[in-house]
Amino acid sequence: MTNSSLVDFTLYLADSTLVLGQRNGEWCGHGPVLEQDIAITNITLDLIGQARSFYQYAAKLIGNDCTEDRLAYWRNEREFKNGLLCERPNGDWAQTIARQTFFSFYQRELFTQLLNGSDSTLAAIAEKSLKEVRYHCRWSSEWICRLGDGTDESHQRLLNALDNLWPYTGELFIAAQYEKDLKIDTAGMSISWMTALSDLFAEATLPPPSLTSTFMHTGGKTGQHTESLGYLLAEMQYVQRSYPGCEW
Amino acid sequence: MQLIRKFYYGDIPEETGGAAKPASTSSSSDWPLWEVFIRSKQGLEHKHVGSLHAADANMAIENARDVYTRRSEGISIWVVESKHIKTSNPEASAELYEPAQDKIYRHPTFYDLPDEIKHM
Repeated sequence: MTNSSLVDFTLYLADSTLVLGQRNGEWCGHGPVLEQDIAITNITLDLIGQARSFYQYAAKLIGNDCTEDRLAYWRNEREFKNGLLCERPNGDWAQTIARQTFFSFYQRELFTQLLNGSDSTLAAIAEKSLKEVRYHCRWSSEWICRLGDGTDESHQRLLNALDNLWPYTGELFIAAQYEKDLKIDTAGMSISWMTALSDLFAEATLPPPSLTSTFMHTGGKTGQHTESLGYLLAEMQYVQRSYPGCEW
Repeated sequence: MQLIRKFYYGDIPEETGGAAKPASTSSSSDWPLWEVFIRSKQGLEHKHVGSLHAADANMAIENARDVYTRRSEGISIWVVESKHIKTSNPEASAELYEPAQDKIYRHPTFYDLPDEIKHM
């Protein structure tokens, strides 16, 4: 295990949670009803809290007075390692729910693995985060069932969302070099992820998912992103870059 | 004629083209109202904390978790649909409550409690 692989992997974990948190945060004040507006922004805060833990760890590994803010606000698009799924736009509620479901189910598998991994800091962050992730899985599963087994319109919107986002899920289970170095078992994760999703889709009267039937986009884990990420970072990083070091 | 329509994120315009809908058709009024009761710790009773909208009991519990326990306020949640609560008629308050006002002997205030007894 090389230190740079551990840094890269920690940044991958941090960037993915930060970028998805920033996306979900766009719902703040715009949720379909007040209660769900609060629910999605609660999830956002969980994700950003996880991102902070990962960034703090990465900053410590990097040394040289590196800070979590430096990593979040002063790196460019090509340096971000988040999965492409996390940066995809919110779309309608169905698309946001589909994205959250794919990611939370993935996080549950990944963090369970980190819990038993060799790095004790990542294991500790994973343990704390898993409680949050389990709730995110539960919350988004309920919405998948509501929309999938709801009205014709909600069913169709969810189908559109799943079709739209599915090609961005395969990447999560294709190991980048730093994951190979750290012996992350992405293949094993994909099996249990798929099993859990299949059960959920059956309950929600949706057609079963299949990882093999579609072209899958890749590149996020090594810094090659869709056009959406640049806009997201511009909005998120603007204040720190305009007023370096500013605080609340 | 409206030339520019600005939408934010998930606010997909529907039949009104993004204009505010009349309150009577908003989605939150389609969802029933629920009353929320939270128990703050073991041994204490559930207390009414407020109300919220939800499509069914499961969603009401989750909404209550997100709206009312974000700051560690509770360890247990009850929800009940508001329509199941029967309230006393405020116009009848004279006959319901006022007769109790001069029956001070119903208050257990005439006993001396030993200092050893706490939590009374």
